[in-house]
Amino acid sequence: MRRVLGVTVVTVILLVLLAFFVLPALWLVLAPTKTAGQLAGESPLSFGSLANIGLAWQHLTSFEDGVLFVWLRNSAVYAVGALIVTLVTSIPAGYALALTRFRGRKLLLTVTLIVMIMPSAALVLPVFLELNLVHLIGTAWSIILPFSFYPFGVYLVYIYFATSLPRELLSAARLDGASEWQIFTRIALPLATPVVGLVAFFSFVGNWNNFFLPYLVLPSSDAFPIQVGLNQLLSSTPSFNPVAGAGLNITSPELALAIIVAVLPVLVLFLFSQRTLVSGMLAGATKE
Amino acid sequence: MTTVDTPLVAPARRATARRVRAAGISGPLFVSGYVVLLLAFGVLPTLYAVYLAFTNVRGQFTGLNQFVRVLQDYRFWPAFGNILVYLVFWLLLIVILTVGVAVVLRSRMPAPLSAALRFLYYIPGALAGVASVLVWLFMLDPSVSPVGWLLKSLGLNTFAEVLAPGQLSLIFALIAFWTGAGGWIVVMYGALNNIPQEVLEAARMDGAGPWRLALHIQIPMIRKWIVYMVILAFAAGTQLFVEPQLLQTASLGRVSPTWSPNQLAYSYAFQHGDFNGAAAISLVLLVIGLLGAGLLVTRSGLFKVDEQ
Repeated sequence: MRRVLGVTVVTVILLVLLAFFVLPALWLVLAPTKTAGQLAGESPLSFGSLANIGLAWQHLTSFEDGVLFVWLRNSAVYAVGALIVTLVTSIPAGYALALTRFRGRKLLLTVTLIVMIMPSAALVLPVFLELNLVHLIGTAWSIILPFSFYPFGVYLVYIYFATSLPRELLSAARLDGASEWQIFTRIALPLATPVVGLVAFFSFVGNWNNFFLPYLVLPSSDAFPIQVGLNQLLSSTPSFNPVAGAGLNITSPELALAIIVAVLPVLVLFLFSQRTLVSGMLAGATKE
Repeated sequence: MTTVDTPLVAPARRATARRVRAAGISGPLFVSGYVVLLLAFGVLPTLYAVYLAFTNVRGQFTGLNQFVRVLQDYRFWPAFGNILVYLVFWLLLIVILTVGVAVVLRSRMPAPLSAALRFLYYIPGALAGVASVLVWLFMLDPSVSPVGWLLKSLGLNTFAEVLAPGQLSLIFALIAFWTGAGGWIVVMYGALNNIPQEVLEAARMDGAGPWRLALHIQIPMIRKWIVYMVILAFAAGTQLFVEPQLLQTASLGRVSPTWSPNQLAYSYAFQHGDFNGAAAISLVLLVIGLLGAGLLVTRSGLFKVDEQ
Protein backbone atom coordinates (compact mmCIF):
# COMPACT_ATOMS: atom_id res chain seq x y z
CA MET A 1 0.00 0.00 0.00
CA ARG A 2 2.71 2.48 1.01
CA ARG A 3 4.68 1.43 -2.05
CA VAL A 4 1.77 2.12 -4.38
CA LEU A 5 1.28 5.52 -2.78
CA GLY A 6 4.98 6.32 -3.20
CA VAL A 7 4.97 5.36 -6.88
CA THR A 8 1.86 7.46 -7.47
CA VAL A 9 3.35 10.53 -5.81
CA VAL A 10 6.61 10.20 -7.75
CA THR A 11 4.73 9.75 -11.05
CA VAL A 12 2.60 12.81 -10.40
CA ILE A 13 5.70 14.92 -9.63
CA LEU A 14 7.44 13.75 -12.81
CA LEU A 15 4.36 14.54 -14.91
CA VAL A 16 3.88 17.98 -13.39
CA LEU A 17 7.54 18.74 -14.09
CA LEU A 18 7.14 17.46 -17.64
CA ALA A 19 4.23 19.84 -18.21
CA PHE A 20 6.21 22.66 -16.60
CA PHE A 21 9.19 22.15 -18.93
CA VAL A 22 7.36 21.34 -22.16
CA LEU A 23 4.18 23.46 -22.15
CA PRO A 24 5.84 26.90 -22.51
CA ALA A 25 8.01 25.63 -25.37
CA LEU A 26 5.00 24.08 -27.08
CA TRP A 27 3.03 27.29 -26.66
CA LEU A 28 5.91 29.24 -28.18
CA VAL A 29 5.99 27.07 -31.31
CA LEU A 30 2.22 27.42 -31.79
CA ALA A 31 1.97 31.16 -31.06
CA PRO A 32 3.10 32.51 -34.48
CA THR A 33 0.40 30.43 -36.22
CA LYS A 34 -2.24 32.66 -34.66
CA THR A 35 -3.15 36.31 -34.78
CA ALA A 36 -2.92 38.41 -31.63
CA GLY A 37 -6.69 38.18 -31.32
CA GLN A 38 -6.69 34.41 -31.66
CA LEU A 39 -3.92 34.16 -29.09
CA ALA A 40 -6.06 35.86 -26.51
CA GLY A 41 -9.37 34.34 -27.55
CA GLU A 42 -8.75 30.73 -28.58
CA SER A 43 -7.49 27.77 -26.64
CA PRO A 44 -3.80 28.41 -25.84
CA LEU A 45 -2.54 25.17 -27.40
CA SER A 46 -4.57 25.29 -30.61
CA PHE A 47 -3.05 25.58 -34.08
CA GLY A 48 -3.95 28.65 -36.17
CA SER A 49 -2.77 28.59 -39.76
CA LEU A 50 0.51 28.53 -41.66
CA ALA A 51 -0.52 31.72 -43.46
CA ASN A 52 -0.35 33.56 -40.14
CA ILE A 53 3.30 32.56 -39.75
CA GLY A 54 4.00 34.15 -43.14
CA LEU A 55 2.21 37.31 -42.11
CA ALA A 56 4.05 37.51 -38.77
CA TRP A 57 7.33 36.94 -40.64
CA GLN A 58 6.54 39.82 -43.00
CA HIS A 59 5.78 42.15 -40.09
CA LEU A 60 8.87 41.07 -38.24
CA THR A 61 11.29 41.45 -41.15
CA SER A 62 9.89 44.82 -42.16
CA PHE A 63 10.44 46.16 -38.63
CA GLU A 64 12.94 49.04 -39.05
CA ASP A 65 13.84 47.90 -42.58
CA GLY A 66 14.84 44.37 -41.70
CA VAL A 67 17.01 45.24 -38.70
CA LEU A 68 16.31 41.69 -37.49
CA PHE A 69 18.88 40.34 -39.97
CA VAL A 70 21.42 42.93 -38.88
CA TRP A 71 20.96 41.81 -35.26
CA LEU A 72 21.39 38.16 -36.21
CA ARG A 73 24.52 38.92 -38.21
CA ASN A 74 25.93 40.95 -35.31
CA SER A 75 25.25 38.08 -32.91
CA ALA A 76 27.05 35.71 -35.26
CA VAL A 77 30.07 38.03 -35.60
CA TYR A 78 30.34 38.54 -31.82
CA ALA A 79 29.78 34.90 -30.87
CA VAL A 80 32.02 33.37 -33.54
CA GLY A 81 34.73 36.03 -33.16
CA ALA A 82 34.86 35.46 -29.41
CA LEU A 83 34.75 31.71 -29.92
CA ILE A 84 37.86 31.78 -32.11
CA VAL A 85 39.85 33.89 -29.64
CA THR A 86 38.62 31.66 -26.79
CA LEU A 87 39.80 28.48 -28.50
CA VAL A 88 43.15 29.95 -29.55
CA THR A 89 43.90 31.14 -26.01
CA SER A 90 42.25 28.60 -23.72
CA ILE A 91 43.32 25.31 -25.28
CA PRO A 92 47.08 25.89 -25.21
CA ALA A 93 46.64 27.39 -21.73
CA GLY A 94 44.78 24.36 -20.36
CA TYR A 95 47.36 22.08 -21.96
CA ALA A 96 50.30 23.97 -20.48
CA LEU A 97 48.70 24.12 -17.02
CA ALA A 98 48.17 20.36 -17.06
CA LEU A 99 51.39 19.12 -18.63
CA THR A 100 54.19 21.60 -18.08
CA ARG A 101 55.63 23.14 -14.96
CA PHE A 102 56.52 26.82 -14.77
CA ARG A 103 56.73 29.56 -12.18
CA GLY A 104 53.36 30.97 -11.27
CA ARG A 105 51.48 27.94 -12.53
CA LYS A 106 49.78 27.32 -9.21
CA LEU A 107 48.85 30.96 -8.81
CA LEU A 108 47.36 30.94 -12.31
CA LEU A 109 45.33 27.83 -11.50
CA THR A 110 44.03 29.32 -8.27
CA VAL A 111 43.08 32.63 -9.88
CA THR A 112 41.35 30.72 -12.68
CA LEU A 113 39.30 28.76 -10.15
CA ILE A 114 38.29 31.93 -8.32
CA VAL A 115 37.33 33.78 -11.50
CA MET A 116 35.48 30.72 -12.73
CA ILE A 117 33.01 30.79 -9.86
CA MET A 118 32.60 34.54 -10.28
CA PRO A 119 29.68 35.03 -12.66
CA SER A 120 30.62 37.22 -15.61
CA ALA A 121 27.86 39.70 -14.73
CA ALA A 122 29.81 40.62 -11.58
CA LEU A 123 32.42 42.48 -13.59
CA VAL A 124 30.26 43.96 -16.31
CA LEU A 125 30.23 47.48 -14.85
CA PRO A 126 33.99 47.71 -14.22
CA VAL A 127 34.64 46.17 -17.65
CA PHE A 128 32.42 48.83 -19.16
CA LEU A 129 34.42 51.57 -17.42
CA GLU A 130 37.70 50.00 -18.48
CA LEU A 131 36.54 49.82 -22.12
CA ASN A 132 35.44 53.43 -21.84
CA LEU A 133 38.90 54.36 -20.59
CA VAL A 134 40.56 52.88 -23.70
CA HIS A 135 37.88 54.24 -26.08
CA LEU A 136 36.57 50.90 -27.28
CA ILE A 137 32.91 51.53 -26.41
CA GLY A 138 30.61 51.01 -29.39
CA THR A 139 33.07 48.87 -31.36
CA ALA A 140 32.74 45.14 -32.03
CA TRP A 141 35.93 44.57 -30.00
CA SER A 142 34.20 45.84 -26.86
CA ILE A 143 32.04 42.70 -27.07
CA ILE A 144 34.39 40.17 -28.62
CA LEU A 145 37.36 40.69 -26.29
CA PRO A 146 35.49 40.44 -22.96
CA PHE A 147 33.50 37.45 -24.30
CA SER A 148 36.77 35.74 -25.23
CA PHE A 149 37.85 35.57 -21.62
CA TYR A 150 36.54 32.15 -20.63
CA PRO A 151 38.22 30.66 -17.55
CA PHE A 152 35.77 27.78 -17.42
CA GLY A 153 37.02 26.67 -20.84
CA VAL A 154 40.64 26.73 -19.64
CA TYR A 155 39.61 24.68 -16.63
CA LEU A 156 37.78 22.07 -18.75
CA VAL A 157 40.83 21.66 -20.99
CA TYR A 158 43.12 21.49 -17.96
CA ILE A 159 41.03 18.74 -16.36
CA TYR A 160 40.88 16.82 -19.60
CA PHE A 161 44.63 16.82 -20.20
CA ALA A 162 45.50 16.28 -16.55
CA THR A 163 43.31 13.20 -16.24
CA SER A 164 43.29 11.54 -19.63
CA LEU A 165 46.51 12.21 -21.50
CA PRO A 166 49.23 9.73 -20.53
CA ARG A 167 52.47 11.53 -19.75
CA GLU A 168 54.45 8.59 -21.11
CA LEU A 169 53.15 9.48 -24.57
CA LEU A 170 54.63 12.97 -24.28
CA SER A 171 57.95 11.71 -22.92
CA ALA A 172 58.20 9.28 -25.82
CA ALA A 173 57.54 12.05 -28.33
CA ARG A 174 60.19 14.20 -26.69
CA LEU A 175 62.74 11.37 -26.88
CA ASP A 176 61.93 11.18 -30.59
CA GLY A 177 62.95 14.82 -30.87
CA ALA A 178 59.55 16.45 -31.29
CA SER A 179 59.35 20.13 -30.32
CA GLU A 180 56.79 21.29 -27.73
CA TRP A 181 54.71 22.86 -30.48
CA GLN A 182 54.72 19.64 -32.52
CA ILE A 183 53.73 17.63 -29.46
CA PHE A 184 50.84 19.98 -28.82
CA THR A 185 49.52 20.11 -32.38
CA ARG A 186 50.20 16.52 -33.48
CA ILE A 187 49.58 14.51 -30.32
CA ALA A 188 47.63 16.45 -27.73
CA LEU A 189 45.23 18.39 -29.95
CA PRO A 190 43.88 15.44 -31.98
CA LEU A 191 43.21 13.57 -28.73
CA ALA A 192 41.38 16.55 -27.30
CA THR A 193 38.66 16.90 -29.96
CA PRO A 194 35.81 16.09 -27.53
CA VAL A 195 36.86 18.75 -25.04
CA VAL A 196 37.48 21.31 -27.80
CA GLY A 197 33.92 20.69 -29.00
CA LEU A 198 32.62 21.08 -25.47
CA VAL A 199 34.41 24.38 -24.87
CA ALA A 200 33.26 25.64 -28.28
CA PHE A 201 29.64 24.74 -27.55
CA PHE A 202 29.51 26.33 -24.09
CA SER A 203 31.36 29.42 -25.25
CA PHE A 204 29.16 29.93 -28.33
CA VAL A 205 25.90 29.43 -26.42
CA GLY A 206 27.03 31.69 -23.58
CA ASN A 207 28.08 34.44 -25.98
CA TRP A 208 24.98 34.13 -28.14
CA ASN A 209 22.72 34.47 -25.11
CA ASN A 210 24.63 37.22 -23.36
CA PHE A 211 22.60 40.35 -22.76
CA PHE A 212 24.09 42.51 -20.00
CA LEU A 213 27.40 43.59 -21.55
CA PRO A 214 26.10 44.36 -25.08
CA TYR A 215 23.16 46.17 -23.45
CA LEU A 216 25.66 48.51 -21.76
CA VAL A 217 28.36 49.03 -24.35
CA LEU A 218 26.43 49.25 -27.62
CA PRO A 219 24.74 52.59 -28.19
CA SER A 220 23.04 52.03 -31.55
CA SER A 221 20.52 49.53 -32.82
CA ASP A 222 22.73 48.72 -35.86
CA ALA A 223 25.28 47.15 -33.54
CA PHE A 224 22.88 45.23 -31.27
CA PRO A 225 23.07 41.47 -31.06
CA ILE A 226 19.73 39.67 -31.28
CA GLN A 227 19.31 39.51 -27.49
CA VAL A 228 19.35 43.28 -27.11
CA GLY A 229 17.26 43.48 -30.27
CA LEU A 230 14.60 41.31 -28.62
CA ASN A 231 14.48 43.80 -25.77
CA GLN A 232 13.89 46.58 -28.33
CA LEU A 233 11.12 44.56 -29.98
CA LEU A 234 9.54 44.05 -26.57
CA SER A 235 9.43 47.79 -25.98
CA SER A 236 7.80 48.16 -29.41
CA THR A 237 4.99 45.69 -28.69
CA PRO A 238 1.73 47.50 -27.98
CA SER A 239 0.46 44.98 -25.45
CA PHE A 240 3.53 45.73 -23.33
CA ASN A 241 4.08 49.32 -24.35
CA PRO A 242 0.98 51.03 -25.82
CA VAL A 243 2.74 54.35 -26.39
CA ALA A 244 5.81 53.30 -28.38
CA GLY A 245 4.19 50.38 -30.08
CA ALA A 246 1.40 52.12 -31.95
CA GLY A 247 1.32 51.33 -35.65
CA LEU A 248 4.40 49.12 -35.79
CA ASN A 249 2.64 45.81 -36.44
CA ILE A 250 4.70 44.13 -33.75
CA THR A 251 2.30 42.13 -31.60
CA SER A 252 2.53 38.92 -29.59
CA PRO A 253 2.82 36.49 -32.56
CA GLU A 254 5.64 38.56 -34.07
CA LEU A 255 7.41 38.62 -30.72
CA ALA A 256 7.02 34.85 -30.35
CA LEU A 257 8.41 34.34 -33.85
CA ALA A 258 11.37 36.59 -33.02
CA ILE A 259 12.09 34.49 -29.92
CA ILE A 260 12.11 31.33 -32.05
CA VAL A 261 14.43 32.91 -34.62
CA ALA A 262 16.75 34.06 -31.83
CA VAL A 263 17.10 30.63 -30.21
CA LEU A 264 17.15 28.61 -33.45
CA PRO A 265 20.95 28.60 -33.92
CA VAL A 266 21.46 27.34 -30.38
CA LEU A 267 18.69 24.79 -30.71
CA VAL A 268 20.06 23.40 -33.99
CA LEU A 269 23.56 23.25 -32.54
CA PHE A 270 22.20 21.48 -29.50
CA LEU A 271 20.22 18.90 -31.48
CA PHE A 272 23.20 18.07 -33.68
CA SER A 273 25.69 17.79 -30.85
CA GLN A 274 23.39 16.32 -28.22
CA ARG A 275 25.00 12.88 -28.09
CA THR A 276 28.57 14.15 -28.03
CA LEU A 277 27.57 16.82 -25.60
CA VAL A 278 26.01 14.56 -23.01
CA SER A 279 28.81 12.01 -23.24
CA GLY A 280 31.43 14.77 -23.22
CA MET A 281 29.85 16.57 -20.29
CA LEU A 282 30.09 13.38 -18.35
CA ALA A 283 33.53 12.31 -19.49
CA GLY A 284 35.02 10.83 -16.38
CA ALA A 285 31.64 10.47 -14.73
CA THR A 286 30.55 7.53 -16.85
CA LYS A 287 33.73 5.49 -17.05
CA GLU A 288 32.43 2.66 -14.86
CA MET B 1 24.59 22.82 -17.44
CA THR B 2 28.21 23.69 -16.97
CA THR B 3 30.00 20.82 -15.41
CA VAL B 4 33.45 19.65 -14.54
CA ASP B 5 35.02 16.74 -12.83
CA THR B 6 36.87 17.65 -9.68
CA PRO B 7 40.60 17.65 -10.19
CA LEU B 8 41.74 14.55 -8.43
CA VAL B 9 44.91 14.25 -10.39
CA ALA B 10 47.09 11.27 -9.65
CA PRO B 11 50.53 12.47 -8.56
CA ALA B 12 53.02 11.78 -11.32
CA ARG B 13 56.19 9.98 -10.55
CA ARG B 14 59.11 12.28 -9.77
CA ALA B 15 61.18 11.23 -12.75
CA THR B 16 58.37 12.15 -15.16
CA ALA B 17 57.81 15.42 -13.39
CA ARG B 18 61.46 16.37 -13.86
CA ARG B 19 61.33 15.53 -17.55
CA VAL B 20 58.18 17.61 -17.92
CA ARG B 21 59.89 20.57 -16.30
CA ALA B 22 62.55 20.41 -18.99
CA ALA B 23 59.89 21.76 -21.35
CA GLY B 24 61.23 25.20 -20.40
CA ILE B 25 59.77 28.27 -22.05
CA SER B 26 56.80 26.59 -23.77
CA GLY B 27 54.59 26.61 -20.65
CA PRO B 28 54.59 30.39 -20.18
CA LEU B 29 54.27 30.86 -23.94
CA PHE B 30 51.23 28.62 -24.16
CA VAL B 31 49.40 30.39 -21.34
CA SER B 32 50.34 33.92 -22.44
CA GLY B 33 47.22 34.64 -24.53
CA TYR B 34 44.94 33.52 -21.74
CA VAL B 35 46.92 35.46 -19.15
CA VAL B 36 46.49 38.67 -21.14
CA LEU B 37 42.70 38.15 -21.23
CA LEU B 38 42.66 37.17 -17.55
CA LEU B 39 44.46 40.38 -16.63
CA ALA B 40 42.38 42.59 -18.91
CA PHE B 41 38.93 41.21 -18.13
CA GLY B 42 39.32 39.48 -14.76
CA VAL B 43 42.00 41.06 -12.60
CA LEU B 44 42.11 44.67 -13.83
CA PRO B 45 38.34 45.30 -13.74
CA THR B 46 38.27 43.93 -10.19
CA LEU B 47 41.10 46.23 -9.13
CA TYR B 48 39.47 49.14 -10.94
CA ALA B 49 36.19 48.47 -9.12
CA VAL B 50 38.04 48.46 -5.81
CA TYR B 51 39.77 51.73 -6.71
CA LEU B 52 36.47 53.37 -7.70
CA ALA B 53 34.67 52.15 -4.59
CA PHE B 54 37.25 53.75 -2.31
CA THR B 55 37.56 57.09 -4.12
CA ASN B 56 35.26 59.89 -5.25
CA VAL B 57 34.68 61.53 -8.65
CA ARG B 58 37.91 63.53 -8.34
CA GLY B 59 39.91 60.41 -7.51
CA GLN B 60 40.38 61.35 -3.83
CA PHE B 61 40.55 58.50 -1.34
CA THR B 62 37.32 58.45 0.65
CA GLY B 63 37.68 55.32 2.76
CA LEU B 64 34.39 53.57 3.35
CA ASN B 65 32.29 56.63 2.51
CA GLN B 66 30.92 55.22 -0.76
CA PHE B 67 29.81 52.06 1.00
CA VAL B 68 28.16 54.03 3.80
CA ARG B 69 26.42 56.16 1.19
CA VAL B 70 24.98 53.27 -0.85
CA LEU B 71 24.04 51.39 2.31
CA GLN B 72 21.95 54.38 3.35
CA ASP B 73 20.16 54.47 0.02
CA TYR B 74 16.52 53.57 0.70
CA ARG B 75 16.62 51.19 -2.30
CA PHE B 76 19.67 49.23 -1.10
CA TRP B 77 18.16 46.91 1.52
CA PRO B 78 14.97 46.09 -0.43
CA ALA B 79 17.11 45.10 -3.44
CA PHE B 80 19.31 42.81 -1.34
CA GLY B 81 16.25 41.47 0.46
CA ASN B 82 14.62 40.63 -2.87
CA ILE B 83 17.66 38.75 -4.07
CA LEU B 84 17.93 36.86 -0.77
CA VAL B 85 14.35 35.57 -1.00
CA TYR B 86 14.94 34.72 -4.65
CA LEU B 87 18.08 32.74 -3.80
CA VAL B 88 16.30 30.75 -1.10
CA PHE B 89 13.47 29.73 -3.49
CA TRP B 90 15.83 29.01 -6.37
CA LEU B 91 18.41 26.99 -4.43
CA LEU B 92 15.75 24.92 -2.63
CA LEU B 93 13.97 24.20 -5.92
CA ILE B 94 17.07 23.26 -7.82
CA VAL B 95 18.67 21.11 -5.12
CA ILE B 96 15.59 19.14 -4.10
CA LEU B 97 14.11 18.66 -7.55
CA THR B 98 17.19 18.03 -9.70
CA VAL B 99 18.69 15.55 -7.24
CA GLY B 100 15.34 13.91 -6.51
CA VAL B 101 14.40 13.56 -10.16
CA ALA B 102 17.86 12.26 -11.11
CA VAL B 103 17.62 9.56 -8.42
CA VAL B 104 14.19 8.47 -9.65
CA LEU B 105 15.26 8.51 -13.31
CA ARG B 106 18.38 6.51 -12.51
CA SER B 107 17.03 3.86 -10.17
CA ARG B 108 13.36 3.33 -10.75
CA MET B 109 12.69 3.57 -14.43
CA PRO B 110 13.30 1.69 -17.69
CA ALA B 111 16.26 3.19 -19.57
CA PRO B 112 14.46 4.46 -22.74
CA LEU B 113 11.78 6.27 -20.71
CA SER B 114 14.46 7.84 -18.53
CA ALA B 115 16.43 9.02 -21.59
CA ALA B 116 13.30 10.51 -23.16
CA LEU B 117 12.41 12.38 -19.97
CA ARG B 118 15.94 13.73 -19.59
CA PHE B 119 15.77 15.08 -23.12
CA LEU B 120 12.35 16.70 -22.64
CA TYR B 121 13.41 18.29 -19.34
CA TYR B 122 16.47 19.66 -21.13
CA ILE B 123 14.62 21.45 -23.98
CA PRO B 124 14.15 24.82 -22.22
CA GLY B 125 17.93 24.90 -21.71
CA ALA B 126 18.19 26.21 -25.27
CA LEU B 127 16.00 29.19 -24.37
CA ALA B 128 18.31 30.95 -21.94
CA GLY B 129 18.52 34.66 -21.23
CA VAL B 130 16.14 37.10 -22.87
CA ALA B 131 14.18 34.40 -24.72
CA SER B 132 13.20 32.61 -21.52
CA VAL B 133 12.02 35.82 -19.89
CA LEU B 134 9.90 36.72 -22.91
CA VAL B 135 8.31 33.26 -22.99
CA TRP B 136 7.44 33.63 -19.32
CA LEU B 137 5.93 37.05 -19.88
CA PHE B 138 3.31 35.20 -21.92
CA MET B 139 3.03 32.30 -19.46
CA LEU B 140 2.30 34.79 -16.68
CA ASP B 141 -0.31 36.74 -18.60
CA PRO B 142 -3.63 35.08 -17.65
CA SER B 143 -5.27 36.16 -20.93
CA VAL B 144 -2.90 34.18 -23.21
CA SER B 145 -1.22 31.67 -20.87
CA PRO B 146 -1.92 27.93 -21.31
CA VAL B 147 -2.19 27.83 -17.52
CA GLY B 148 -4.39 30.91 -17.34
CA TRP B 149 -7.03 28.78 -15.58
CA LEU B 150 -4.47 27.95 -12.89
CA LEU B 151 -3.49 31.61 -12.40
CA LYS B 152 -7.16 32.60 -12.24
CA SER B 153 -7.94 29.89 -9.71
CA LEU B 154 -5.16 31.39 -7.57
CA GLY B 155 -7.03 34.71 -7.76
CA LEU B 156 -4.64 36.27 -10.29
CA ASN B 157 -6.83 37.58 -13.09
CA THR B 158 -4.57 40.11 -14.82
CA PHE B 159 -0.90 40.41 -15.76
CA ALA B 160 -0.59 43.22 -13.22
CA GLU B 161 -1.90 41.03 -10.40
CA VAL B 162 0.60 38.29 -11.29
CA LEU B 163 3.44 40.83 -11.10
CA ALA B 164 2.61 41.92 -7.53
CA PRO B 165 5.87 42.76 -5.74
CA GLY B 166 5.58 39.90 -3.24
CA GLN B 167 5.53 37.31 -6.02
CA LEU B 168 8.49 38.46 -8.12
CA SER B 169 11.14 36.45 -6.27
CA LEU B 170 9.21 33.26 -6.85
CA ILE B 171 8.60 34.15 -10.51
CA PHE B 172 12.31 34.73 -11.17
CA ALA B 173 13.13 31.46 -9.38
CA LEU B 174 10.67 29.61 -11.63
CA ILE B 175 12.20 31.14 -14.78
CA ALA B 176 15.71 30.24 -13.64
CA PHE B 177 14.58 26.72 -12.77
CA TRP B 178 12.86 26.32 -16.12
CA THR B 179 16.01 27.04 -18.13
CA GLY B 180 18.60 25.62 -15.75
CA ALA B 181 17.23 22.47 -14.15
CA GLY B 182 17.31 20.14 -17.19
CA GLY B 183 21.07 20.44 -17.61
CA TRP B 184 21.69 19.74 -13.95
CA ILE B 185 19.37 16.71 -14.00
CA VAL B 186 21.57 15.30 -16.78
CA VAL B 187 24.68 16.03 -14.75
CA MET B 188 23.31 14.45 -11.54
CA TYR B 189 22.18 11.44 -13.53
CA GLY B 190 25.71 11.02 -14.89
CA ALA B 191 27.18 11.34 -11.41
CA LEU B 192 24.76 8.67 -10.09
CA ASN B 193 25.82 6.42 -12.98
CA ASN B 194 29.33 6.60 -11.68
CA ILE B 195 28.51 4.95 -8.35
CA PRO B 196 29.90 1.39 -8.54
CA GLN B 197 27.18 -1.23 -8.88
CA GLU B 198 28.76 -3.34 -6.08
CA VAL B 199 28.15 -0.60 -3.53
CA LEU B 200 24.45 -0.48 -4.40
CA GLU B 201 24.20 -4.29 -4.41
CA ALA B 202 25.80 -4.51 -0.99
CA ALA B 203 23.39 -1.97 0.44
CA ARG B 204 20.42 -3.83 -1.05
CA MET B 205 21.69 -7.10 0.48
CA ASP B 206 21.68 -5.36 3.84
CA GLY B 207 18.00 -4.64 3.30
CA ALA B 208 18.07 -0.98 2.27
CA GLY B 209 14.95 0.13 0.37
CA PRO B 210 14.98 2.74 -2.40
CA TRP B 211 14.56 5.60 0.10
CA ARG B 212 17.44 4.58 2.34
CA LEU B 213 19.56 3.77 -0.68
CA ALA B 214 19.00 7.29 -2.01
CA LEU B 215 19.47 9.12 1.30
CA HIS B 216 22.38 7.15 2.73
CA ILE B 217 24.32 5.95 -0.34
CA GLN B 218 23.49 7.73 -3.59
CA ILE B 219 23.07 11.34 -2.47
CA PRO B 220 26.13 11.37 -0.18
CA MET B 221 28.21 9.92 -3.01
CA ILE B 222 27.31 12.71 -5.43
CA ARG B 223 27.73 15.39 -2.76
CA LYS B 224 30.54 17.16 -4.61
CA TRP B 225 28.40 17.67 -7.68
CA ILE B 226 25.56 19.06 -5.59
CA VAL B 227 27.91 21.50 -3.86
CA TYR B 228 29.34 22.52 -7.23
CA MET B 229 25.84 23.20 -8.55
CA VAL B 230 24.94 25.24 -5.47
CA ILE B 231 28.10 27.35 -5.81
CA LEU B 232 27.43 28.24 -9.44
CA ALA B 233 23.70 28.78 -8.86
CA PHE B 234 24.37 30.97 -5.82
CA ALA B 235 27.06 33.10 -7.47
CA ALA B 236 25.01 33.58 -10.64
CA GLY B 237 21.85 34.23 -8.62
CA THR B 238 23.39 37.20 -6.81
CA GLN B 239 23.89 38.84 -10.21
CA LEU B 240 20.26 38.74 -11.36
CA PHE B 241 19.70 41.43 -14.00
CA VAL B 242 18.03 40.41 -17.30
CA GLU B 243 14.87 39.00 -15.74
CA PRO B 244 13.83 41.98 -13.58
CA GLN B 245 15.06 44.45 -16.20
CA LEU B 246 12.87 42.97 -18.96
CA LEU B 247 9.91 42.51 -16.65
CA GLN B 248 10.26 46.14 -15.67
CA THR B 249 10.08 47.12 -19.35
CA ALA B 250 7.12 44.85 -20.01
CA SER B 251 5.11 45.79 -16.95
CA LEU B 252 5.01 49.50 -17.81
CA GLY B 253 6.97 50.37 -14.70
CA ARG B 254 4.93 48.37 -12.22
CA VAL B 255 8.08 46.42 -11.36
CA SER B 256 10.70 48.55 -9.63
CA PRO B 257 13.65 49.52 -11.86
CA THR B 258 15.94 48.83 -8.91
CA TRP B 259 14.48 45.46 -7.92
CA SER B 260 17.84 43.66 -7.88
CA PRO B 261 21.20 44.98 -6.63
CA ASN B 262 22.69 44.79 -10.13
CA GLN B 263 19.85 46.96 -11.43
CA LEU B 264 20.54 49.40 -8.61
CA ALA B 265 24.21 49.54 -9.61
CA TYR B 266 23.13 50.02 -13.22
CA SER B 267 20.90 52.92 -12.31
CA TYR B 268 23.68 54.50 -10.22
CA ALA B 269 26.04 54.33 -13.17
CA PHE B 270 23.80 55.18 -16.09
CA GLN B 271 21.05 57.32 -14.63
CA HIS B 272 23.04 59.28 -12.06
CA GLY B 273 26.49 58.98 -13.66
CA ASP B 274 27.72 57.88 -10.23
CA PHE B 275 30.31 55.25 -11.07
CA ASN B 276 31.88 55.23 -7.61
CA GLY B 277 28.59 54.31 -5.99
CA ALA B 278 27.95 51.70 -8.69
CA ALA B 279 31.38 50.20 -8.06
CA ALA B 280 30.68 50.02 -4.33
CA ILE B 281 27.47 48.06 -4.95
CA SER B 282 29.19 45.77 -7.46
CA LEU B 283 31.92 45.10 -4.93
CA VAL B 284 29.45 44.25 -2.16
CA LEU B 285 27.79 41.76 -4.53
CA LEU B 286 31.12 40.29 -5.56
CA VAL B 287 32.25 39.83 -1.97
CA ILE B 288 28.96 38.14 -1.02
CA GLY B 289 29.25 35.80 -3.99
CA LEU B 290 32.86 34.90 -3.28
CA LEU B 291 32.30 34.50 0.46
CA GLY B 292 29.41 32.13 -0.17
CA ALA B 293 31.38 30.15 -2.70
CA GLY B 294 34.51 30.16 -0.52
CA LEU B 295 32.54 28.83 2.43
CA LEU B 296 31.12 25.97 0.38
CA VAL B 297 34.48 25.21 -1.25
CA THR B 298 36.41 24.98 2.01
CA ARG B 299 33.66 23.12 3.87
CA SER B 300 33.32 20.51 1.15
CA GLY B 301 36.95 20.07 0.11
CA LEU B 302 36.02 20.79 -3.47
CA PHE B 303 38.56 22.16 -5.99
CA LYS B 304 41.81 20.94 -4.56
CA VAL B 305 44.51 22.36 -6.77
CA ASP B 306 46.62 19.30 -7.50
CA GLU B 307 49.59 18.69 -5.24
CA GLN B 308 52.73 17.78 -7.09
